[in-house]
Amino acid sequence: MREKILKAIEKNSRIDLKELAVMLGEEEIDVVNEIAAMEAEGVICGYHTLIDWEKTSIEKVSALIEVRVTPQRGQGFDTIAERIYKYPEVNSVYLISGGYDLLVSLEGKSLKEVSNFVSDKLSTLDTVLSTATHFILKKYKDHGTVLAKKYVDERLKMTP
Amino acid sequence: MRNALSDKITTIKPSGIRKFFDIVSEMDDAISLGVGEPDFDTPWHIRDEGIYSLEKGKTFYTSNAGLKELRQEICNYYGRKQGVIYDPLRETLVTVGGSEGIDLALRCMLNPGDEVIIPTPCYVSYEPCTIMADGVPVILPLKNENQFRLTPEELESAITEKTKILILAFPNNPTGAIMEKEDLEKIAAIIEKHDIYVISDEIYSELSYKSKHVSICSIPGMRERTIVINGFSKAYAMTGWRLGYVLGPELIVKQMIKLHQFAIMCAPTTSQYAAIEALKNGDDDVAEMTEAYNQRRRFLMNEFKEMNLPCFEPFGAFYVFPCIKEFGMTSEEFALKFLEEEKVAVVPGTAFGDCGEGFLRISYAYSIEDLKVAIGRLRKFVEKLRNEK
Repeated sequence: MREKILKAIEKNSRIDLKELAVMLGEEEIDVVNEIAAMEAEGVICGYHTLIDWEKTSIEKVSALIEVRVTPQRGQGFDTIAERIYKYPEVNSVYLISGGYDLLVSLEGKSLKEVSNFVSDKLSTLDTVLSTATHFILKKYKDHGTVLAKKYVDERLKMTP
Repeated sequence: MRNALSDKITTIKPSGIRKFFDIVSEMDDAISLGVGEPDFDTPWHIRDEGIYSLEKGKTFYTSNAGLKELRQEICNYYGRKQGVIYDPLRETLVTVGGSEGIDLALRCMLNPGDEVIIPTPCYVSYEPCTIMADGVPVILPLKNENQFRLTPEELESAITEKTKILILAFPNNPTGAIMEKEDLEKIAAIIEKHDIYVISDEIYSELSYKSKHVSICSIPGMRERTIVINGFSKAYAMTGWRLGYVLGPELIVKQMIKLHQFAIMCAPTTSQYAAIEALKNGDDDVAEMTEAYNQRRRFLMNEFKEMNLPCFEPFGAFYVFPCIKEFGMTSEEFALKFLEEEKVAVVPGTAFGDCGEGFLRISYAYSIEDLKVAIGRLRKFVEKLRNEK
């Protein structure tokens, strides 16, 4: 049941739980309890909204930053990752295999704000060796949802 | 001028769905629940294989019976799912959709006057294809109280000296009914007793929500008297690729390959390459789509329960078949009025045989959001009709 609940609320966290229970063939109370348990266990960490900021009048710039760092003895990457993720403008920090170590995504009001963050805050950290900043120009798909194109049902309206 | 047409074709009625199709197509704002194909796109890795085959220039005919690798994969699939082993070289034919397989089987097996038992409500092609193959369709109406399963008594009552073929189409379009192993075993005994053959249309086999689909070919004694029809349209959301297949005894399949060779040459090459990928790596996609259909099915059943609209619980395909007899209208009247007043299109049960009178076919090959809107309108409509009474 867990997997099915998670799959459903990952796509739509506002789903009506009574309806979800019907769809899964479970009792509503069991679904509610299971979700509460997963919240307590930290399996469910939050409920967010997917926003296409492009469609608003609010200016936002988002960027992905590759960061190469020197891991610290006894602590690996955790301490440096923590230093980075504590900045509120940072959206996510991932430890990555391959050519660099941390992938940091962040949002700012303007190009300048993001650049300032990288040059003033990120690059100046002792353990940071280098950064490469990629500004996001267009989001086609985010969290499994296509943003760039509207779904059109092209099927014939009635078929046997 | 002389009459250009054959007597046979002119006696065949056009599909009952046609009239509604024309009306719905004119209405831009109508929501349709009348579609008989998946709402999902073909999974990308399957499309990708099709594209890749085109890029590599695989644009020629394949052998008449289909690519050997595909036939092998089809046989592996039936071995895996049903535990029945078919020979990819002699007992397998790749066709242009399941529909071609049905047509070929009837044309290769019937002599003039042979009777074909067609349990209804059912898909629209069995009766006309039987007539075109000089067979005599024997319509066997199934019953709501049996959840539209075929019972041994019903089958027995329809059999005559001339009966040659039974068409078995489960999971069923339009009712969503299934036949489980015990049901099939009882039927099989009668089939054997009267020495008849079965054309088993299993196009919805993957969409079975109560238990895994059991093919009649897996019941002892049935393999040699069954032609299995299946395909990629419903399970892999590949309707437009037009690809199906036939499995059966060499004696029959050999003749079908001959007819297919003259009529069709071979199934579309691009589709065949894509289908290999579907069978090899498509199980997860099928599971995911099946789960989505099942959730919608439960949603609809719950909605019907809440609005007190009688509907047996269907465990297959992507259709529900609610009963609307309480409103004192024919299926067609109901469907037309519903379309005019609420702008939702459903298919009257009579499009699938006279015994579909009093029922509607509602497809749930739609997103849950669309279903919610449409069912909300159905609820409103039903309440209004009840208040008028």
